[in-house]
Amino acid sequence: MKKALCAVLIGVSLIAAGCGSDDDDATTTATTVADKAPKFAAGSTMAKIQENGKLVVGTKFNQLGSGLKDPTTGDLEGFDIEIAKLVAAELFGVSPSKAEDKIEFKETPTPVREFSIQKGDVDIVIATYTINDTRKAFVDFAGPYVVDGQTVMVAADNTTIKTLEDLNGKKVCTARGSTTPKNLTDKKITANITLFDTYPECATALRQGRVEAVVTDRGILLGLVEQGARAFKLVDIDVSEEPLGIGLKKGDDAFRDFLNDRLEEIFESGEWATAFAGTIGALGVETPVPPTVNRYAGTGAATSVATTGTTAATTTSTVATATSR
Amino acid sequence: MDVVLDNLDLFVGGLRTTVSLTLLSYAAAFVIGIVVAAFRVSPVPPLRGAGALFVGTIRNTPLAVLMVLFFFGLPDAGVIYSSFTSAVIVLAAYTGSFIAETVRAGVNTVAVGQGEAARALGLTFPQTLRIVVLPQALRAVVAPLGSLFIALIKNSSLAAIISVPELAGTAEQLISDTAQPLPIFIGVAVAYLVLTLPAGALVNALERRVAIVR
Repeated sequence: MKKALCAVLIGVSLIAAGCGSDDDDATTTATTVADKAPKFAAGSTMAKIQENGKLVVGTKFNQLGSGLKDPTTGDLEGFDIEIAKLVAAELFGVSPSKAEDKIEFKETPTPVREFSIQKGDVDIVIATYTINDTRKAFVDFAGPYVVDGQTVMVAADNTTIKTLEDLNGKKVCTARGSTTPKNLTDKKITANITLFDTYPECATALRQGRVEAVVTDRGILLGLVEQGARAFKLVDIDVSEEPLGIGLKKGDDAFRDFLNDRLEEIFESGEWATAFAGTIGALGVETPVPPTVNRYAGTGAATSVATTGTTAATTTSTVATATSR
Repeated sequence: MDVVLDNLDLFVGGLRTTVSLTLLSYAAAFVIGIVVAAFRVSPVPPLRGAGALFVGTIRNTPLAVLMVLFFFGLPDAGVIYSSFTSAVIVLAAYTGSFIAETVRAGVNTVAVGQGEAARALGLTFPQTLRIVVLPQALRAVVAPLGSLFIALIKNSSLAAIISVPELAGTAEQLISDTAQPLPIFIGVAVAYLVLTLPAGALVNALERRVAIVR
């Protein structure tokens, strides 16, 4: 409502920060019209990022489909990367194709994501980052920008694993920091879990017969199947639902609103679908209907990592069962 | 610190793996170290060369690289060991290369006359080493051997990269389950201190006991 009102008032669309509560926001925003880049309320995260000239995005460098660094060119490719470009395009008022120059990508593997955000190493994390309540105690999430699900990858010649229950007593691999172990426990599956630092190592272990299955998000597994030269296949098992969101510093509600607005905008405009089709879609997944952004009520400042964190139980969450890797 | 206490069983399990990993690898590393050191001071050139080659390659390669190469590389050559066995072998070889050099330094502290006297008595080279030189050499290097033991305790945390569920790796998984890195890292640090402080004290006591009074 506020946003719509604001847009009407000053005739500038989608500058969520400018539509906050203070009065001077409106004046700041009103001056933007001449400029190409949108103006944001002074002191807001958006304004700071503009000032820095770069949006610092934490992502993964080793996942085909979502974020993969080409070793020869050094370029990053994937759905997470495209989402980052679409966000940066709005922040800096450039076209998405040129937004790359406005982004500095930093590698944030699964275990360090909360740390990177809290320390301020990155402005946002787009790294197949599942929204869940445990994490909401430490960071906030915009989105989801896509809903992934965890499933099971086995060797191409495997005939013994067909259902979730077949994983009982099997050697199951996932990356350290993943929520796979918890997801399996929640589903009453007692598997023998093997943990490596990254998923390509799990794939190697599967190829060498050290483990019998790899369980994680479908998007990640599809990438591994694609890279695996017909050595692996997916089994049609739903282990969990994983709403993937954009992680940001906890309590920065204006920035979160901005990101959520931007996501809704690209859902609407079709840019989201194009990005999906060009990345994850290229691995053989049909482009789904965009998810619904979850604007959960903020819970204030981050629980300090030093405390117990039990105060964290966040409100809300249409977020289903999920956890993540 | 509740998160540590609530998951004490995980910590104890990880600690147990770390301890067995360390003890097994150190025992093997000690044997490797003595043998390689003997090679390096032996009068037979091919043995000297083999000892130097072992130390030169293993000691100069990062431990993490050795782990990954051994664990993921060897299966492609048809050799496959479990992650725990692989970790023990790699840690033993790596620490063994350091022990070899330490022991060799110890051998160099033994007066030349000792070896000459042994030979004059008709002892063979292995006998000279075993009966005369090594007992004196080892007493001189108790402290650095102890340091290597403590280094091994900490190095064993790298076994996590090849999926051995030792202390550090277990803790890292716990962090993502609970998103509370700080208390868990403190717990890990304390757990390692529980191992390394007594180890250090033991080494000091041993050193005093076996010191050569000059």
